[in-house]
Amino acid sequence: MNHQQPEPVHVVQKRRDSALNALAHGVPYVEFLGIEFDRRGDELTAILPFSEKLIGNPMLPAIHGGVTAAFLETAAIIELGWSILWDDIESGGVDPETLTPGQLPNFPKTIGFTVDYLRSGLPRDAYARARINRSGRRYASVHVEAWQDNRTRLYAQATGHFLMPARDG
Amino acid sequence: MSLTPEKKAEITRRFTEAIPHCTALGMKLVQISDGEALIEMPYDERFIGDPRTGVIHGGAVSALMDTCCGAAVMSHPEAPKITATIDLRIDYMRPATPGQTIRARATCYRVTKSVAFVRAVAMDDDEDRPVAAAAGTFTADHSSSRKSNEALS
Repeated sequence: MNHQQPEPVHVVQKRRDSALNALAHGVPYVEFLGIEFDRRGDELTAILPFSEKLIGNPMLPAIHGGVTAAFLETAAIIELGWSILWDDIESGGVDPETLTPGQLPNFPKTIGFTVDYLRSGLPRDAYARARINRSGRRYASVHVEAWQDNRTRLYAQATGHFLMPARDG
Repeated sequence: MSLTPEKKAEITRRFTEAIPHCTALGMKLVQISDGEALIEMPYDERFIGDPRTGVIHGGAVSALMDTCCGAAVMSHPEAPKITATIDLRIDYMRPATPGQTIRARATCYRVTKSVAFVRAVAMDDDEDRPVAAAAGTFTADHSSSRKSNEALS
């Protein structure tokens, strides 16, 4: 019998978590805002834990619109970076154990980003998920949805176009 | 109730300088009057988006643009004192040069019964080649009985 055993679950998880960790940490501004990522399989959820320094309107109080824009843009860029990295780590082409931020593929560059503010950002945690609607050799189009208490009551959404990093081959 | 342009500029200045996130990003309101605002954000390593080049994160530029556009609306003679972003589009023409202060200049060019229209540019030391351009719409709710937090809820 030439049946191949599936990889042990902890090996798979460790590989994917190390890759995500290398991708999402190490960018000073992302650390400054305190953005984290939750992973289920290849699905990422960006998390923005609330803190005082994120406030844009002290009287309400509400999260700064610029923070929301930055949060959604980060969610989009990490999603794109993750989609590039996924094939490499799953095929064994990249070893996540030795992956440092410096060895990652270059990040996609934002060409244009449009944010719609649907509700004011409440002083509590926010979540975002990005969906890649098109990813070509040069350009990618990504849509992002962000919510706070209820997944179906979005507080912001965004569409962005990105210039993809040059790839070998 | 109508305010003098000077009073309006002063209110906008105080409001902008009291925003915790703007303080955190080191923003300084340089100029404000009649629907025009100029805000500076000095270079800071904490706001780097690409550690390999030291270029500031697009998100920090977005925060600067959003603040500057909002300030321009608030200082406009026909706009209410309080506003909120409806949408904001930002185009990034080039990375900002590491080490240089980024300046955003916003113009609120039209205010209707319920919407304020704004455009802005962001520059570093090379003012002939803007870093980013923005176009946005903001709430302009003139009914004073309505609280600002109801504008978008």
